[in-house]
Amino acid sequence: MIDSKPKRLQVPALRRWVASSLTLLLTLFAVSVLSFLLVALLPGDVATTLLGDSATPERSAELRKELGLDQPLPRQYGTWLGKVMQGDLGQTFNSGEAISDMILARVPVTLELILLTQLLALAIAIPLGVWTAYKAGSVFDRLSLSVSLALLSMPTFVFALLLVYAVALKVPLLPSNGYAPLSDGLWANLRHMVLPVTTLALMEVPVYMRLLRSEMLTTLQQNFILLAKGMGLSLSRTLFQHALRPSSLSLITLVGLNMGRLMGGALIIETMFVLPGVGLLLVESIFQQEYLLTQAIVLFVAVAFILINTLTDWLYAWVDPRLKH
Amino acid sequence: MPHHSLAFKFSVAWLALMALLSLLADGLPLPSPDAQDLNNMLAGPSGSHWLGADSLGRDILARTVHGLRLTFLVSFASVGLALVIGTCLGISAGYIGGWYDRGLSLGLNVLLAFPPLVLIVALVAYPGNMLIKIIASLALVFVPSITRIARASTLRFARLDFVAAAKVAGLSHHRIITRELMPNVLPVLLAYAFLLLGIGALAEAGLSYLGLGMPPSVPTLGGMMAAEQARILDAPHAVFFPGLVLFLTIFAINIVGERFNAGSEGARR
Repeated sequence: MIDSKPKRLQVPALRRWVASSLTLLLTLFAVSVLSFLLVALLPGDVATTLLGDSATPERSAELRKELGLDQPLPRQYGTWLGKVMQGDLGQTFNSGEAISDMILARVPVTLELILLTQLLALAIAIPLGVWTAYKAGSVFDRLSLSVSLALLSMPTFVFALLLVYAVALKVPLLPSNGYAPLSDGLWANLRHMVLPVTTLALMEVPVYMRLLRSEMLTTLQQNFILLAKGMGLSLSRTLFQHALRPSSLSLITLVGLNMGRLMGGALIIETMFVLPGVGLLLVESIFQQEYLLTQAIVLFVAVAFILINTLTDWLYAWVDPRLKH
Repeated sequence: MPHHSLAFKFSVAWLALMALLSLLADGLPLPSPDAQDLNNMLAGPSGSHWLGADSLGRDILARTVHGLRLTFLVSFASVGLALVIGTCLGISAGYIGGWYDRGLSLGLNVLLAFPPLVLIVALVAYPGNMLIKIIASLALVFVPSITRIARASTLRFARLDFVAAAKVAGLSHHRIITRELMPNVLPVLLAYAFLLLGIGALAEAGLSYLGLGMPPSVPTLGGMMAAEQARILDAPHAVFFPGLVLFLTIFAINIVGERFNAGSEGARR
């Protein structure tokens, strides 16, 4: 059994694609079951828990029937999934709003935050990663490695509070929280995004920079780089055109992963800066004990995360022809 | 790495000091972390309150030390738990292989499909004992990566001669796993687990900051900062001292962890 690790057969692209689609479906199924159980397995009488203080015996009985809680679990799951597939995630208990509308209203804010963050993070990390790899071992390289380790050790909110204290309160240059929609004008909108985006981006820079640096170190040893240098190509052309491209593949994967993670993972930043995105909604739902809303956000975020990751995988395979075989 | 040795020594010293303080927290000559003193509201650092007092006049040093104790408790317990589970799963997957291995990695992939913070927050929102929930959900997030490393290094060692020899000699599976595989796989895992301690501490602080961790009456570093941030202009010390201690501690953990990890890198390949 120990030697059962077979020599890998060459997997044709089609089989690979089928396998990854199957895994995707299985994962989505498992994620939906887990999200379903999040509410179905609430201890005690679910209806009473969901209703909280407003629970009267009649209302509980009504809700139990509405949620189909008198049915066996698999049956309940089936009904629930059927509704979810049609975009019906239920209503909140306090306001009766449609949960799907609430989530969709928050998505643009989170998307803006994520996209701006990735742009800024890459704009800082790529030149730094390339340059530190080229100057590996220099004072600048060692310094930026230490700074990146320090940034990695900094809790997001500590860093954000420092920035708010310095840039928004001591010197009131920027708003310390809140959000302005694009309809208020681009400048008003961006002013509110500067601090949250900077904080999040600076937390991603060390990870991107370190990854790119180590990939570049390998690439710079390759013959074609030596050749390019020998042919007298300019330094910036060698580094940014010939060495960066083959070095940036794992960076693409990581950016994809982070985009997915941030779909729900900017909890702290959104809460702290009162940015009305998906993360803030999740935190609010927990405080208001809106279990159905919490469940819906967890499901939404997990599905978005899985889809973005799968897309990243496919993109990666498409960019790197070696993986097609 | 000689240029790292100074930072490394400072880090070890800082961690030792913080560990000592948090272990002895109750015996130290400090005011009680919960004792309110309204005459000293937001007082700056002084002889009676070395790091000043918060908006209820509570001693910040005492609260920081007690908060740090909770941070250490959460990160050690969750990493420890994940290490036990992940090692068992990973070694057995690597050793047994086949369908067991495939089923297990599918399960781990599902777990990895949840963004970690969302998974933790969803579990913590569930009714029940808060401390146990935090530790268990963090452990759940750590298990997949530990399992993967354990599995990979088991596969590597299982191919080597001494394991094959042990099999031929007719040793039991149990004996091969505990005597031959474990001693080789564990050092790699321990070095990696050390880095997880820092992530655990960051996560605990984040949860407490969001108000989703321990109840507000329990001193936590994240909770202290959240409670005082509205008064950040009047009393920056009340916000930034706990933040500084938190940062330095995690930084030290990361510096020591990177060193261990670099040492075991060769072994992992």
